[in-house]
Amino acid sequence: MSDHIVSAYSEELERLSAEILKMGGIVETMITDACRALVSNDLELAKEVVLRDPLVDAIEADAERQIVSLIARRQPMGHDLRMILSAMKISSELERIGDLSKNIAKRTQRLDDNVNVEMRNAILRMAQPVSHQLKDVLNAYATGSAEKARIVWGADDDIDLHYNAVFREMLTHLLEDPRRITAGAHMLFMAKNLERIGDHCTNIAEFVYYQAVGDYLSELERPKQNQV
Amino acid sequence: MDTTLGMSTAVDDNLTLPPATDTAAAPRIDCRNIKVFYGETEAIHDVSMAFPDRAVTALIGPSGCGKSTFLRCLNRMNDTIENCRVEGEILMDGENINDADVDPVLLRSRVGMVFQKPNPFPKSIYDNIAYGPRIHGLANGREDLDAIVEKSLRRAGLWDEVKDRLAAPGTGLSGGQQQRLCIARAIAVQPEVILMDEPCSALDPIATARIEELIDELRNRYCIVIVTHSMQQAARVSQRTAFFHLGNLVELGDTSQIFTNPREKRTEDYITGRFG
Repeated sequence: MSDHIVSAYSEELERLSAEILKMGGIVETMITDACRALVSNDLELAKEVVLRDPLVDAIEADAERQIVSLIARRQPMGHDLRMILSAMKISSELERIGDLSKNIAKRTQRLDDNVNVEMRNAILRMAQPVSHQLKDVLNAYATGSAEKARIVWGADDDIDLHYNAVFREMLTHLLEDPRRITAGAHMLFMAKNLERIGDHCTNIAEFVYYQAVGDYLSELERPKQNQV
Repeated sequence: MDTTLGMSTAVDDNLTLPPATDTAAAPRIDCRNIKVFYGETEAIHDVSMAFPDRAVTALIGPSGCGKSTFLRCLNRMNDTIENCRVEGEILMDGENINDADVDPVLLRSRVGMVFQKPNPFPKSIYDNIAYGPRIHGLANGREDLDAIVEKSLRRAGLWDEVKDRLAAPGTGLSGGQQQRLCIARAIAVQPEVILMDEPCSALDPIATARIEELIDELRNRYCIVIVTHSMQQAARVSQRTAFFHLGNLVELGDTSQIFTNPREKRTEDYITGRFG
């Protein structure tokens, strides 16, 4: 899209979308590092992930200030309006993803010695497609691609299947050895957090799609598979 | 509203009709294949669009896009410009207003107009309003005329401000009051349509807000067409928006659609400030 006649307006919009992408980048590393910390039982790394969360919150607050100022001063219309509204929604989705990742890192620090490596790996297996979803949706945002957003949106049921599998596997581990119950409960929450992150990625995909084409992805098309 | 001429009743107390939002009803004005020429130059290229009753339609576009020229077709104001020729049909109640047997003076009482700069007559406030009803024979005697003046000023939201000084010159009012006086003057002859050519561009934000509030009230009774350079104003006051560019009607749609999700790239570029 060509530039605005008022170049400062274009610069402000670019700054806002750069802010969103920066936030997305930090949140992306929070998920992968939280899961890395879990698998390798690296408590230092887990602690560090928790410390990144305030930074995400600060960027969200800053993006919101920029958005309020843009609406008040520029009276955005058309694609600009949709971009600004989407940025507002996406930043709060990313903030939630940051919180959920932080929560995984916190729970990692509380795990006791009864956790076996299969349990840790089960979470990691689920984290991989979730990280992909986030990476893909941020890519859709960066390129403004409705098509890429639609693909992410349609891939969420895959994560739901993963979640169901992890849920059953955890139950098996707990049944085998009741001493694992405390850690297993934490890990069920981790799996649930990852599933929620997948949902937030889907929401982001909806806003990217709305920003690009001005229409809403219909909720009817997407099959729901999560039965938990 | 009662569209028959020859009003003889006193003040119509029924000032609050239920708001009409059904823009799909039969259009008040239906323009078909309008072309406007200045000499050999075609300024408007084959524009067809309809204006719904009881709704505000905004015409937007860059300077020189033809929106004012098009607006002026609707009450044959282009007749007064030498070399200007209008082709196509403009139907009101099934009748082409460009037909030779249509009296342009009578037409302009049915299709009133408000201009960019308030232009009250150099007469009293009272006479500014009474002039039209007098020449069109709409009033039976002084009492009736008083009633029309009061009703028109009330509908234009000006009555309380001027009721104690009706004999004072209209030109002594503030800019915003003068513009409302001009709107009252247009209303006094019982129009069906009100055309507004940038009615707020000479007014401050408070006076502009008053006019916009008035436009919103008037839309319960009239078909209103407004040309404005302010996209925010078009977004605020209209239900339908038409975007003109280089003499073409590029896009016509519901105002919220035009400003949030225009279908045409030229519209998008214009409303987001990317033109040129």
